[in-house]
Amino acid sequence: MINQYPLWKYLLLVCVLVVGAVLALPNIYGEDPSVLVSLRNQQISVETQQKVNELLQNASIQTKSSELKDGKLLIRLPSEEVQLKTSDLVKSFDFIKRNSNYTVAVNLAPATPKWLQTIHALPMYLGLDLRGGVHFLLEVDMKSAINRLETDLVSEMSVFMRDEKIRYSGGIKRENDSIVIQFKNIESMEQARSKLKSQFKALEFTSNESSLKVIGKLTDKALRDERRSAIQQNVTTLRNRVNELGVAEPVIQQQGEDRIVVQLPGVQDTTRAKDILGRTATLEFRLTEGTSADWYSAANGGRVPLNAKLYRQRNGDPVLLKRRLVVTGDQINDASSTIDTQSGTPAVSVRLDSKGAKKMGKTTQENIKKQMAVVFIETKVVTKIVDGVEIKDRSRTEEVINIATIQGVFSKQFQITGLESFEARDLALLLRAGALKTPVEIVEERTVGPSLGKDNIKQGYQSVLIGFSLVLLFMAVYYRGFGLIANVALTANLVLITAVLSFLQATLTLPGIAGIVLTVGMAVDANVLIFERIREELRIGNSPQASIHAGYEKAFSTIADANVTTFIAAIVLFSLGTGPIKGFAITLSIGIATSMFTAIMGTRALVNLIYGGRNLKKLSI
Amino acid sequence: MQILTGKTNIDFLGKRNIALVFSLLLIIASITSLAMKGLNLGIDFTGGYLIEVGYQQPVDIEPVRKILAQSNYSDAAVQHFGSSKDILVRIAPRDGVNSAKISDEVLNILKTSSADEVQMRRIEFVGPQVGEELREQGGLAMLIALFGILIYVGLRFQLKSAFGAILALVHDVIITVGVFSVTQMAFDLSVLAAILAVIGYSLNDTVVVLDRIRETFRSQRKGTPIEILNMSINGTLSRTIMTSFTTLLVLGALFFLGGEVIHGFAFALIVGVFIGTYSSIYVASNSLVLMGVTKQDFLELAKESEELDDLP
Repeated sequence: MINQYPLWKYLLLVCVLVVGAVLALPNIYGEDPSVLVSLRNQQISVETQQKVNELLQNASIQTKSSELKDGKLLIRLPSEEVQLKTSDLVKSFDFIKRNSNYTVAVNLAPATPKWLQTIHALPMYLGLDLRGGVHFLLEVDMKSAINRLETDLVSEMSVFMRDEKIRYSGGIKRENDSIVIQFKNIESMEQARSKLKSQFKALEFTSNESSLKVIGKLTDKALRDERRSAIQQNVTTLRNRVNELGVAEPVIQQQGEDRIVVQLPGVQDTTRAKDILGRTATLEFRLTEGTSADWYSAANGGRVPLNAKLYRQRNGDPVLLKRRLVVTGDQINDASSTIDTQSGTPAVSVRLDSKGAKKMGKTTQENIKKQMAVVFIETKVVTKIVDGVEIKDRSRTEEVINIATIQGVFSKQFQITGLESFEARDLALLLRAGALKTPVEIVEERTVGPSLGKDNIKQGYQSVLIGFSLVLLFMAVYYRGFGLIANVALTANLVLITAVLSFLQATLTLPGIAGIVLTVGMAVDANVLIFERIREELRIGNSPQASIHAGYEKAFSTIADANVTTFIAAIVLFSLGTGPIKGFAITLSIGIATSMFTAIMGTRALVNLIYGGRNLKKLSI
Repeated sequence: MQILTGKTNIDFLGKRNIALVFSLLLIIASITSLAMKGLNLGIDFTGGYLIEVGYQQPVDIEPVRKILAQSNYSDAAVQHFGSSKDILVRIAPRDGVNSAKISDEVLNILKTSSADEVQMRRIEFVGPQVGEELREQGGLAMLIALFGILIYVGLRFQLKSAFGAILALVHDVIITVGVFSVTQMAFDLSVLAAILAVIGYSLNDTVVVLDRIRETFRSQRKGTPIEILNMSINGTLSRTIMTSFTTLLVLGALFFLGGEVIHGFAFALIVGVFIGTYSSIYVASNSLVLMGVTKQDFLELAKESEELDDLP
């Protein structure tokens, strides 16, 4: 018997469609304007929730709901005006204003019903071009990271050579990509080379007998490690900075070797975002050298000790700091403003990583009651014009932002006290920012304003709707009964695409919508191929049942070939992969897969169900 | 309803020389235009700044251009975008200047210089380095796509067909890109995506025809290659037209309703569908004729696959 499907195929189809429909369902509920309150590294408590609710009630703000989700407080509101009002109000609450760890962000929260949320059915994630927001591509300045590493190594090497009592002439110099030490004789050169080799694993040493030089070069592994850590450090610091901006669902990801993508949905003030993200600062803890009298004399042209360097404090006063580093910004894990429990005055609490803690422990032990300074180093890009050509130049400004007396031995965790409240806040902020080790620069920006985002959504949906309806209408007119069957399949196809996109939580962008529209147009192709084949078979005088069978059979390999080739193009598109194109490639390839399923198996099932096993004289095609 | 009732029997290949000349003319025109005028590459590929703002009232371009010129942006290209209330400003990249700030500055100038409320709609900045990379990647992607498809078609069909299919693709891509050169419409990332989609679509079309050519060669005992090719094209004609029509329906919806941002994308696809439909009828089959395709070409392969089928 031809044109009959076994029961399991019907069941499979029904299952896929039901699951697809459920997964696609969250998309029809839309989104609530809402305000999201979160606390850095902490969960929002039920008490805080009640407090916020009470304060909102007192201000007679109508909320839709208030819920604690993943440790964050989500307040749903009836309209966007109320949302902005509420957000400003919450920010002005005393306990939130005083604590820099609170983040208040406006957000669009999916209005998915509870039962769908419990099975993790979520709506599609809308891309920045549909919801508005900022996309930045940042490039990490690897040159300066490597530069710094070499400088650190040079200073460590000079200490090592002194400790080992190896004599060399002149200083340790940096030439091009290498570190060069000049010796007086072969013996000390060879001695130095073998000792340096066992001590400094990051470098590869070669010696030149004729010029009596030992040349150290960073190994490939050291370079790789340095690059990786520079990127990771930046990603972490950017996360913290983004928190300052109050964004509900930021994306911060490494892209390629030396780039970072930052996406901030809903952010409109791009200038502020750039200022906060673009700050490129590093940080160093150094011991002071000499007394304040020495500092002033050095500043007035007096002697600066060899092991020290002259710095300026924020108020312009001079200070001498030892050249040897204690701790650098990248060894700071966290810094926050708090209240000192003993004195009740504002303070900054700093936490170091293990490497920093070890060094800090040793330093404080040897230097109790001496002073330690924090140097804040900012990198700016300055453009100079030389001979009519613009030249990009990085300039460094170094500033001592704090000098404190070491009161006891500490290592991992310590406090800087004796600050005004605003000073503590500023210092904590600078310390956190200073943990960003390597300068970054924005190399790409794509910002979509809220009004354009709304237009894009509206126009996107409209074109899907109209295009889809036109195709449905045309198919029904042109192929009649079979056209209706194809239309059912086409609708199922649209539902399935939505379901897969929602399930994968893929980002839907405007080009993505274009991909869906295009898929709708092309999905019909499979059915057109089949139906034209059936018509042909009928024309040469085959029976309706045989024609149906042959039509599907003969069209299949053609459909497969045609779709595989489009699929290849989609994969290439995906791998080319910048944002907008990726979205198009994703929907296109998902569309190809689902349309194969619905157009071949789906329509066949319906055709079999309607026509299978009957004695037919004519087909409605 | 049937537009093409019964069996069509159009002698497509009888006019193959006209088609050949037509195709060659289009390609020469495209290449000439590409060489002379080049493409109006968008900032995705050149690097630079793009600022789109919306006003409450219709605005004139000239005053905006003057104000920008006074503020050191004399190279700014100002145009209406979509409606007379929207303005698009494009600025070439400037080496060195702390890049991302320029768009903010321009936005600020626009905002302060107008009595009307100015809404930021879109800001795009692509660094010259990124632009160059995208350009390279774009070209590379196109080549990889063509190559991948060549391999697939080469495996599925014999070499002559694969060659014909690739010829049709190159034909379509050159002409579509050529149209962008002649019209000087902005060629950006989304247009590139559309061109890659055109590759997929056009091939889709060509493969359907090739599939039928192979089938007809095997099933027909009589007939010259040209007759068989004609028969195959006629056999797939109504499908070719139907699918192109439905695709054009939705593309029309995108073009007219999808908004200004998607315009270039939809336009490239519309051009591509037209050219692709034409090329699947003429270019692939014409190149088969020129390469002297015979029944033998398809039969050998059939034998091989039968042998394969017989394997346990």
